[in-house]
Amino acid sequence: MSSTTSVIRIAGLRKSYVVPEREAGLKAAIRSLFRRKTREVKAVDDISFEVQAGEVVGFLGPNGAGKTTTLKMLSGLLYPTSGEVSVLGHVPSKREKSFLRQITLVMGNRNQLTWDLPAIDSFDLNRAIYRIPPDDYRRTRDEFIELLELKELMRKPVRNLSLGERMKMEIVGALLHQPKVLFLDEPTIGLDVTMQRRLRHFIAEYNRRTGATVLLTSHYMADVVALCKRVIVIHHGRILYDGDLSGLAGQFAAYKTIEVTLEDTSVDLQTYGEVIGKDAGKVTLRVPKAETSRVTARLLTDYADAVTDLTIEDPPIEDVIERVFAQAAPQEKVA
Amino acid sequence: MTSLIDLYLGTLRISIIEQFQYRVANYFYMIGMIAEPVIYLVVWSTVARNQGGSVGGYTPGEFAAYYIVWTLVRNMNIVLTPYAWEFRIQRGRLSGELMRPVHPIHFDLAFFTGWKFVAIVLWLPIAAILTLAFQPTLNPTLEGVLGFAVALWGGFLVRFMLLWALGMLTFWTTRVSAIFELYFTAELLLSGRLAPLSLMPDWVQQLAGLLPFKWAFQYPIETLIGQLSTQEILFGLAMQAFWTLFGIALVSVTWRAAVRRFSAVGN
Repeated sequence: MSSTTSVIRIAGLRKSYVVPEREAGLKAAIRSLFRRKTREVKAVDDISFEVQAGEVVGFLGPNGAGKTTTLKMLSGLLYPTSGEVSVLGHVPSKREKSFLRQITLVMGNRNQLTWDLPAIDSFDLNRAIYRIPPDDYRRTRDEFIELLELKELMRKPVRNLSLGERMKMEIVGALLHQPKVLFLDEPTIGLDVTMQRRLRHFIAEYNRRTGATVLLTSHYMADVVALCKRVIVIHHGRILYDGDLSGLAGQFAAYKTIEVTLEDTSVDLQTYGEVIGKDAGKVTLRVPKAETSRVTARLLTDYADAVTDLTIEDPPIEDVIERVFAQAAPQEKVA
Repeated sequence: MTSLIDLYLGTLRISIIEQFQYRVANYFYMIGMIAEPVIYLVVWSTVARNQGGSVGGYTPGEFAAYYIVWTLVRNMNIVLTPYAWEFRIQRGRLSGELMRPVHPIHFDLAFFTGWKFVAIVLWLPIAAILTLAFQPTLNPTLEGVLGFAVALWGGFLVRFMLLWALGMLTFWTTRVSAIFELYFTAELLLSGRLAPLSLMPDWVQQLAGLLPFKWAFQYPIETLIGQLSTQEILFGLAMQAFWTLFGIALVSVTWRAAVRRFSAVGN
């Protein structure tokens, strides 16, 4: 990828913390007064990637993998220990106003709206904060309100909104200034399926209309599948995968699933692979990836007349991700 | 500049709406706060009477005036405490505030300014009741009234800036309550809150003149109750300006390092 068109560029980025550590109990507490033990935790450990203008990238990893730390460094909230970061040509940690006006960071578990007042009051304050011309502000606000079907809720104090309604308001507030880069940290956390879908649709629509670049973290694979062609998988602070979502299974799945539909429902296929499903003549087998071709050929040879349909698929994305996340952590330095 | 005014007006508006929404809670809070000056007032008035009519240059009527104005100045002196800093860092609210292209101090200043307007309105009936109950001796001069109008806000600014600067200590550690307590104790003794400083030994009065506390608290009270000459009023305003600028300088110098230090783990 060419760095000249990159909106986000990270090279050799690291963030580590020194955290105090001691055993439980009074003895250990007294000992720690004289001999303080600390541990260096590498939250982000030498990561590099680039994101092009208009891309929607899924940033995946289990809890504590380094996703939020990376997003915070990209948005200028955290100062990197070492490495280079550039977003829209700015160094985020300098926190220049012209930079902050072009980005947004939405954290699914954070509330930035004034709790006791209707969201529209906070929106108006955002207009002043981001110096949005009044006409642009009204047009964007009304457009977002319509897209997210919020009209009826505009006069209600934020504290009286449901979690989903509040999140929609948070998103509107965060996008009123039409940022060019969106850092979305689990924006659909805790929301029901319908609300998740609506927010996803809204983000996709915003990306389509404005050409904004989106870096999204989520534990809901549905978010990622719906929005992101490309995913970056981070674990223990290191990047394990950066590429097409469709290529993730190819790299990490050890198995493939073969779905065979047979005329004869009594056939036992256990010798071909692990039977993980059986339903009205349709048998689902799990087979090691390397043996997929051989098993398929055997099935077609042995049951040439009985097989009416056969499909080979990668395992569900959730299973693949689970397998990636299960990888062991490297040793951390104890001082 | 226009956009900053727009921001201040917007935040001020939100603050006023919010505080009026909780007017009953605000009122109870203010009424609860009256206990402290009333106790001081009763104690010092009794002492004055027993000393032949005055103590430290204050008659019971002047003590009444002092402590009634005290209630307003005390309310004007309520600003963002360092404890609130701990709360905002631990709860992660600061992260959101740092994402805005405006220094967070502007929001705090505008928010508390809005709150003060509400505090003044709510204070008026309380002042009326206290006046009827304690019969203050109040002989303000025109310069005194004008000086008070400025000094009241000046005191707010001094305390706001200094506590904002002190609150930034929370960037280095999230447990700094002991330092704050030390600050508040010094403030209690040297601001004129416990008693007018003229009741204190000379060295305490001299020390108080060198520190900011008096200029945020006793000085505005003295301007209204008619104890200061025009020259003293002007000098006090200059001291308020000095301590406000000192606070601004402290915040400016520390802010960049503080933000760099901000670890935000899990927030």
